[in-house]
Amino acid sequence: MIRRLASLLAATALVAATDAQAATVAIVNAHILNPGAAEIASGTVVIRDGKIVAVGASVATPAGAQVVDAKGGVLTPGFVAVNSMLGAVEISAVGDDVDVNTPDIGAAFDVQYALNPDSTVIPVARLGGITSAVVTPRAEGGQGGAGEHDDSGDEATSGAPASENAHHLFAGQAAVIQLGRGQEMLIKARVAMVSPFGDAGAKVAGGARGAEYVLLKEALADVRAYMRNRAAYERASYRDLSLSRADLEALIPVVQGEMPLIAVANRASDIRAVLKLAKEEKLKLILSGAAEAWRVAPELAAAGVPVILNPVLDRPTSLETLGSTMENAARLEAAGVTVAIEGNSGAHRAHEMRYNAGVAVANGMTKAGALAAISLNPAKIFGVSARVGSLEPGKDADLVIWSGDPFEPMSRPQLILVRGEAQPLRSRQLDLRDRYLDLNRPMPPGYSH
Amino acid sequence: MNKAFGAALAVLASASLAACATITTKPAAGKTASAGSSSQASAPLPKGLDPAGSKDPFPSTYRPLPSRAVALVGATVLTGTGAQIDNGTVLIRDGKIAGVGAGLTVPADYETVDARGKWVTPGLIDTHSHAGVYPSPEVQAHSDGNEATDPNTAQVWAEHSVWPQDPTFNLARAGGVTTLLVLPGSANLFGGRGVTLRNVPARTVQGMKFPGAPYTLKMACGENPKRVYGGKGRAPSTRMGNVAGYRAAWINASDYMRKWDDYRAKAAKGEKADPPKRDLQLDTLVGVLKGEILVENHCYRADEMAQMIDIANEFGYRITAFHHAVEAYKIADLLAKNGICTATWTNWWGSKLEMNDSIEANVPLVEAAGACGIIKSDDPDLIQRLNQEAAEALAAGRAAGLTITEGQAIRWITANPAKALGIAAETGSLEVGKRGDVTLWDADPFSIYARAQRVWIDGGVAYDRTDPRFQSRSDFELGLEGRR
Repeated sequence: MIRRLASLLAATALVAATDAQAATVAIVNAHILNPGAAEIASGTVVIRDGKIVAVGASVATPAGAQVVDAKGGVLTPGFVAVNSMLGAVEISAVGDDVDVNTPDIGAAFDVQYALNPDSTVIPVARLGGITSAVVTPRAEGGQGGAGEHDDSGDEATSGAPASENAHHLFAGQAAVIQLGRGQEMLIKARVAMVSPFGDAGAKVAGGARGAEYVLLKEALADVRAYMRNRAAYERASYRDLSLSRADLEALIPVVQGEMPLIAVANRASDIRAVLKLAKEEKLKLILSGAAEAWRVAPELAAAGVPVILNPVLDRPTSLETLGSTMENAARLEAAGVTVAIEGNSGAHRAHEMRYNAGVAVANGMTKAGALAAISLNPAKIFGVSARVGSLEPGKDADLVIWSGDPFEPMSRPQLILVRGEAQPLRSRQLDLRDRYLDLNRPMPPGYSH
Repeated sequence: MNKAFGAALAVLASASLAACATITTKPAAGKTASAGSSSQASAPLPKGLDPAGSKDPFPSTYRPLPSRAVALVGATVLTGTGAQIDNGTVLIRDGKIAGVGAGLTVPADYETVDARGKWVTPGLIDTHSHAGVYPSPEVQAHSDGNEATDPNTAQVWAEHSVWPQDPTFNLARAGGVTTLLVLPGSANLFGGRGVTLRNVPARTVQGMKFPGAPYTLKMACGENPKRVYGGKGRAPSTRMGNVAGYRAAWINASDYMRKWDDYRAKAAKGEKADPPKRDLQLDTLVGVLKGEILVENHCYRADEMAQMIDIANEFGYRITAFHHAVEAYKIADLLAKNGICTATWTNWWGSKLEMNDSIEANVPLVEAAGACGIIKSDDPDLIQRLNQEAAEALAAGRAAGLTITEGQAIRWITANPAKALGIAAETGSLEVGKRGDVTLWDADPFSIYARAQRVWIDGGVAYDRTDPRFQSRSDFELGLEGRR
């Protein structure tokens, strides 16, 4: 192997070519993959003041625009990570800000206040093409997808841990963030509420699935009663309610069908039970985890319930994921269900989301469907598609130029824009790499930075 | 000296020679004993009380799957030796690789597989798995990978926890994996013995054991042991406590080894001698000191790896591979000098602080320094996509300015793991005479879209994506509505 340090410099050329301050930028000669639109073998994207103003095969370059030649590179919208912890965790074992352990706060828990734009995890995710993320509270039992890595140091690596959040029928509210360096992170707070179902739901309800539905219906009835009797409640002349005032307030948009409820459920029977609950209570539903969703695909499609899943999961990880298959995404797509694909962890391996989209394609999903599943679909599901998720006039200029097929590990990002600003193609990991590329420097590595 | 004892030793000596080429075999004591002294010699030890008499008490019963001569014709072949052969042919006969090259003539009695447009690699080898010991479904009743009751459990053997019905074995086979090392977890300084398995469906773990593969010892550095035992209010609770624990154990093992050597020397001379009491924990450590058991050392940080190398030098043993080793790139020169492999992931990081300095180009940088790099799973999902993890490392290596061919990169999941398991003479590359462990891919294995189409283990078809007759299901998977 021969080191070619010069190539490191060449990779930064496109970034240098994009002046963040330029009012109008035209990216030309791009192979444009845009969810919901036809593929463009060679086209132009025009950006003005951080917004997309035109996308097409025959778009003229505006006079005075700075021109960036994509040289045939593949241009996609920036990806939208779901079930994310970006900005809310640095080192998992040290702690994170996506769950709480107090009986007073469940539904009211709001991740928006934790967000740290200086997290070293964010640039790593961004190098995976992720430009926005749905930071989501962690429900009891996890989010249903792959978790953080456990290297088998603990006595039991598996099985649900003893609950620390037994009160929490509701794990809290998600927020959508954007990952531009030095930019405002928050796009939209309180985009969805999270609740565990199945084994984890049984656990928070005291040990049995049936109990959870009783408690949930009671809680939702209390929210409606609270809405109708606020004044009496404030005078302390109303009956006791099952939730804190803060939780009751937080659930009002849920019972009104405005804020979706992310139901983490895997077993087919649990999914059906949640669908029935949502119909009875008029809830807007998002299904997450969803290992056996393919077995309920027609019902999900009919009810218009979108599904968040990890397509690499094919093991019977528990007795409620016996029907796990890597064809889950493809079968749901074929049934007309809106699918969003997650990465391999909420934060540190979020950047593998694009590979997971590729795995879904290898197992039958269409390429267009898989691209939408990591961009436009999550943006729609969480109500931010006016800002992000695809390349359309008026949306934020969040896009990535890739050296090839964005699902392939061998492809690398060459240019990443967030709100039209070029992002550094760097991370702390690359700083470490370059410090140790040459172990024979006369001075210790500590002097290389 | 009792004749039966001497004969038993002789048999064991030859068995252990077959088991591992690295074994230093001492002369059988019986050969030097004079016939006249036998009346004074100690009574022979029952087999279970003599470490030398019980080296393989759970012998492999592995039998290859049925096979017939097969020729894979027209494929792009990554041989595992570093080479890429375009339009190549691979011949497998009697369970062995019988030919590899471009334009080979296929003998008449071979079944021909049209592999044009497809890729052929050696069967993949995972040097770090907990299949069977942390099986699916992941319930407490199945959690058998860590005997986290003492920081030194060198006496436990992972094979005694392996559940052969773990569906992970089947899924890993569909990912092209033909051999795997199942290790105990990393709660302990000394976690116990690993077991190298052929990835075939079997009723017993003995039916999967790789015949003659050397035993391995799992050791662990850093956060896990000190967290597990510090949390119980006992040693070790710090990294310095960890090191004291390793050294104390090697002192005990050295003492135990000397006692047995003294005993054998006396017995050989026909002198009266009391045999030491057999100790399973120390047996394993002595196996390491004698070079019979390979050390597989969980260790993340560069500084800790350097200390583990010093400890190995202090007590006279070798470390075969550092596992996880996310900071190996910081000491790639030291690892090269000591001939220690780095078995790691590409993209796993940040779960804990000792995992924070992971870089995607770790394996490429280690290899560039002349050391041996391995991509492993430590995970029942990743074991199904070792090729993808290797592709991510390959891409990162090229982005770092290194020139790396796919022929070189495939070694990270084939030949190099075979080396780290002491089975490189038998598998890990497509060379004439080696085991017929072969994976046929429908695309370049470094593509995200590649999937294993067919997998041969010792020349027998163990998996075929298009033929349900060659898609094994575990007992656990039978009769499940969701898996029909």
